[in-house]
Amino acid sequence: MKVKVLSRNPDDYVRETTRDIHRVPRNYDPTLHPFEVPREYTRALNATKLERVFAKPFVGSLDGHRDGINCMAKHSKSLSILLSGACDGEVKLWNLPKRECFRTVQAHEGFVRGIVTRFCGTSFFTVGDDKTIKQWKMEPPGYGEQEEPLNTILGKAVFTGIDHHQIGETFATCGQTVDIWDEQRTSPIRSFSWGVDSFSCVRYNPVETELLASCASDRSVVLYDMREATPLKKVIMKLRSNTLCWNPMEAYYFTSSNEDYNLYTYDMRYLDNPVTVHMDHVSAVLDVDYSPTGREFVSASFDKSVRIFPKDGGHSREVYHTKRMQHVICVRWSADNKYILSGSDEMNIRMWKANASEKLGVLTPREKTTRDYNQKLREKFQHHPHIRRIARHRHLPHDIYKQRREQREMRDARRRKELNVRKHSKPGSVPVETEKEKHVVTVVE
Amino acid sequence: MVKDKKKSVKFDLPSKTTTSRTMDEELESDEDFLPDNENIISASEDEDASGDERKHTKLLEAISSLGGKRRKKLAERSEASLQVSEFAVNAEGAGEKVVLSDLLSSATEASRTDGSLTKTQKQLKNLEKLHATLELPLSHQQTEKIQREAAFQKASKEVSRWESTIILQQRAEQLVFPLNQQPNRPRRMEQVVTSWKTQTPLEQEVFAVLHAHRQPTLDPVLTPVEEAQLQAMSLEEAQLRRAELQKARALQSYYESKAKRERKIKSKKYHKVQQKAKRKAFLKQFEEMCKSDPERAMEELQKMEKNRIEERMSLKHQNSGKWAKSKAIMAKYDLGARQDMQEQLELNRQLTHKPLPSTELHGDSDHDDDNNDPTLTNDDQTLPDIANDASANQKEGANPWMKMTAVMPTAMEAEPKSIVVTTDSEPTEVAASGGGEGDAETEETEEERLLGEFARRRQLRKTNEEEEEVDEEARQKDEETSQAAGGPSISFTIAETSEEEEEEEDQMDEAAASELNALFGRLAKQGQQDAAPLATVGVASMDTLLDEDTTRVRTLEETELLTETHSDTAPMVESEAVAASGHGNKHAPKVKRRQKIIDLEQVLTKQAKSIRVPMTAPAVEDAEDEALDEQTDVIREAFAGDDVVSDFLKEKRKQEEASKPKDVDLTLPGWGQWGGLGVPVKKHKRRRFLKKAPPSVPRKDRKLPAVIISEKRDSSVAAHQVSQLPFPFENPGQFERSIRSPLGSTWNPELAVRKLTAPRIVTKAGAIIQPLSKDDVMSSKKTPGKRGAPDLLLANVEQGKAGHRPTAKRKKHKK
Repeated sequence: MKVKVLSRNPDDYVRETTRDIHRVPRNYDPTLHPFEVPREYTRALNATKLERVFAKPFVGSLDGHRDGINCMAKHSKSLSILLSGACDGEVKLWNLPKRECFRTVQAHEGFVRGIVTRFCGTSFFTVGDDKTIKQWKMEPPGYGEQEEPLNTILGKAVFTGIDHHQIGETFATCGQTVDIWDEQRTSPIRSFSWGVDSFSCVRYNPVETELLASCASDRSVVLYDMREATPLKKVIMKLRSNTLCWNPMEAYYFTSSNEDYNLYTYDMRYLDNPVTVHMDHVSAVLDVDYSPTGREFVSASFDKSVRIFPKDGGHSREVYHTKRMQHVICVRWSADNKYILSGSDEMNIRMWKANASEKLGVLTPREKTTRDYNQKLREKFQHHPHIRRIARHRHLPHDIYKQRREQREMRDARRRKELNVRKHSKPGSVPVETEKEKHVVTVVE
Repeated sequence: MVKDKKKSVKFDLPSKTTTSRTMDEELESDEDFLPDNENIISASEDEDASGDERKHTKLLEAISSLGGKRRKKLAERSEASLQVSEFAVNAEGAGEKVVLSDLLSSATEASRTDGSLTKTQKQLKNLEKLHATLELPLSHQQTEKIQREAAFQKASKEVSRWESTIILQQRAEQLVFPLNQQPNRPRRMEQVVTSWKTQTPLEQEVFAVLHAHRQPTLDPVLTPVEEAQLQAMSLEEAQLRRAELQKARALQSYYESKAKRERKIKSKKYHKVQQKAKRKAFLKQFEEMCKSDPERAMEELQKMEKNRIEERMSLKHQNSGKWAKSKAIMAKYDLGARQDMQEQLELNRQLTHKPLPSTELHGDSDHDDDNNDPTLTNDDQTLPDIANDASANQKEGANPWMKMTAVMPTAMEAEPKSIVVTTDSEPTEVAASGGGEGDAETEETEEERLLGEFARRRQLRKTNEEEEEVDEEARQKDEETSQAAGGPSISFTIAETSEEEEEEEDQMDEAAASELNALFGRLAKQGQQDAAPLATVGVASMDTLLDEDTTRVRTLEETELLTETHSDTAPMVESEAVAASGHGNKHAPKVKRRQKIIDLEQVLTKQAKSIRVPMTAPAVEDAEDEALDEQTDVIREAFAGDDVVSDFLKEKRKQEEASKPKDVDLTLPGWGQWGGLGVPVKKHKRRRFLKKAPPSVPRKDRKLPAVIISEKRDSSVAAHQVSQLPFPFENPGQFERSIRSPLGSTWNPELAVRKLTAPRIVTKAGAIIQPLSKDDVMSSKKTPGKRGAPDLLLANVEQGKAGHRPTAKRKKHKK
């Protein structure tokens, strides 16, 4: 005869250690947990609201420069070091966690036009208005030593930008021509020019390391291969591009910041049309930098704001501004994908969180799970109007807001006019031009 | 000219040189040996004829000697090697050049005759004739452009190699940055070992031995052979297997003993029941088999067929045996004997009964029954005859064609016979029912007959077992059950008519429709009218008009029955028809359906036979303009086949139903009492928390039959509802599904939640994320290959063979 008794296995309810959390037996029967969608919706709504509440992206500012900041560079090996060059020829090295300057170098007379660290992180190069390229040690000089560059190269013309090869011992400068230099030599090993008198920016492709791109003053973006004797191709746009940046994870995409308030992402193989046109700024875009994950990029604009765009999104997901921040000249995304650094006219470098509402510091596992869950909830319900409205709301300075409205009106008017012209002309004589097609003048081979 | 000259030079050259040389020699010799010559001549001076010749030659010599020039020339010495090369190629003078065609002269005489050679000579000459200059090199710009283009092509091709990587990254569920994180924990022994290469011959030997035994270097420390041994020896498996075998054996013995016990049981009834159950089970199995395994079913069928044939051949169950004869004698007096014989016959009939194809089965089954009825009732009167009769009938029944002829007269006679039968076989019942008037009686009997038929049909549908019952008992039961069967059959008609009801209501709507919707209404009506005659014919394709019982309409009574049911579908038409025919019918057009259904008499009476009319008059002609008619025709043509109008009306009705406010049940399971599966909520609680629906607001489209105005949108909820289908989703269903599935830990177990909420991008705090580099991707692509060949020796062998590896491998290394 079988006797039935109540039996319980202590393993089911006893904790292994006293520090362990209590075991909570759960019953996932859906009838016991009704209204899952409304409940999750409420949670998503709360998460969205909290995200907005906690969105405080400004971390701190680094002040010490005595003139507007013209260029910045990340250290290639250390997250805590930032280099910045100012319009008075001063270069400062900053300790980011301490938010203090640990070294100042009077590098050039006139502007410091470009600054870049060597891939090994032991030295950095600067170019300035005094037609020189200087290489500096990263460590400050020892006691009693003079602050002197390792090497100085005197060029024939002003250099406007510099970039170093990802792994090789070459670097590229731009000015009247785009020059490729060997570190060991005082004359360029190669110099490219293609009927243009000056270039404003040159950048190495971080993935396909032999490729370069530059922005020229004839409103063009030119591609080069370091191994070839000639440039590869150029695309001429309606207005001049100021800077460009390659996607560090996707070899053939680069984004250029343009004078026409937009940014353009190109596939270097198909220059006829940009892949995406990123619009939102209300003034010329001066600098752009990709996040190291290659998913987003940050842009600095003359309209005193910094915006973050998804790499394939037409509009920004975030806009940063403060009352005191003037025209933002340069911007960099930190190598750990956490911070954004912007240098502006009013001599300050500002540090922002890349994700505005992110909690800094170490998270407990429970915090992590909550963060992930909330993130997913926001994603899940992002199309619901209520949530979308909250999630997308941003405060803008009055100027930008006004200009935005103005520009929207202008754009509408232009579109309306075009429509009217098309309506009153022979069918087919006024072709429909997409936004992507509008900005490219021609591609020169 | 030049050519000719050269040609001549070429061809003559050797000969000329030779001739000149001989001439020279001759001359020299002449000069040297002139006195000799004279001597010779003088010697031959004797003859006259020869004397003339000599004079002539002398003259010639004199002439030749006159020219001093020649003499001078002869004295000249020339360098032969300048003009005569070892290749027999020579230019004419020292200043001239060797021409290309001259080279060919060195070819042998035999080849010179060849056609090919002359051809090439010609070609060469043609070439020589051409005097085209080289083209100028391209301009600087153009060369640069070409170079640029080539360089760009190369670069873009190079860059395109990243495409697959990029796409992979874009599609990845989760990306962890930095991408190529080296685990900083100590590497496992196997990993260390695999990267180690053998060098000395001793090591190689050792590894060769290891390889021969297929010693794995990674996780499992056992060789495959050892593993196999282990697997073979697995204790639990062996135990399991043994237990299974034991169980099987025990089950077999149980079964055997049970069978033995059952075989010893003497009770006939038990065996009968047993067999019946078996047959039933078999039938069920067979039906299933028909669906699942038609081949085996076919085999079974053939087996059955064979059994049937054997049965027909044998005299078994034919009441011809000794026992049957004795019983036949007793039959007149003994009811039991009669029953036994009957049983025998029934059995015979069953066993020899040929199963009809399924299509015929239903159609003919009732005829069978019709057929059987009178014959079986006849049984009572004369028994021995019946046996033959029944079998004969059965044979006819097997043949549908024969049966047809048999059915008709029996059906005609059915009425009076059935009356007789009923009175005969069941005197008690007749006594009970026969108390009424004659008219009523006939009606009743007819009713009974019909009901009986219904019941029998129903029975047939069930199984064969009920057929086994002897007819009298069956009949009695039939009669009894038929009374009860009125219930289900009626309910059936209710179900049937509920749809028809809808249609009728639709028509009412149409009647209320405004002028604007006249077209619609008329179309709908015509559709109905078209449908009605179709239904009466019995070819209707619309499911609403499809009849449930599959009787074929052959006899008048049957058509009456059909039309009785179908008359409900087209009450309007019917009423018109009634009006036309002038029948003083009980059927008012507006009679309530429920009444009709419940009132059996009304359904089954003969008066309800006014339905022949719609067949004759399919359309109701209105005095409308012909243009409209044309339009309707066009529309009808366009929508031929699908009944758009009725679909629309149905849709509208559905929406109306849906929009009506409903009672809300606010009871929560487990609130204030025990909850869980199978625990019902108490009635008073339900009543308490049931929120009564407010009276419905009149719909906006209630007077617009051709319009549906949706009133679903609630402005207070709209703020929380998505108005457009968001981008990545393709249909609303997809989106709704994505919303409906919860993410939280309230609804999902821990691991699932972790998986569901995994962020797309994970970054490590304080780690520099380097840009993608070739080495990372290529190495990551290579690693799976390495994992695939973890064997040490293989690596070793590869190393050894590196010299003659195929190029593909080397290419990989290059990349």
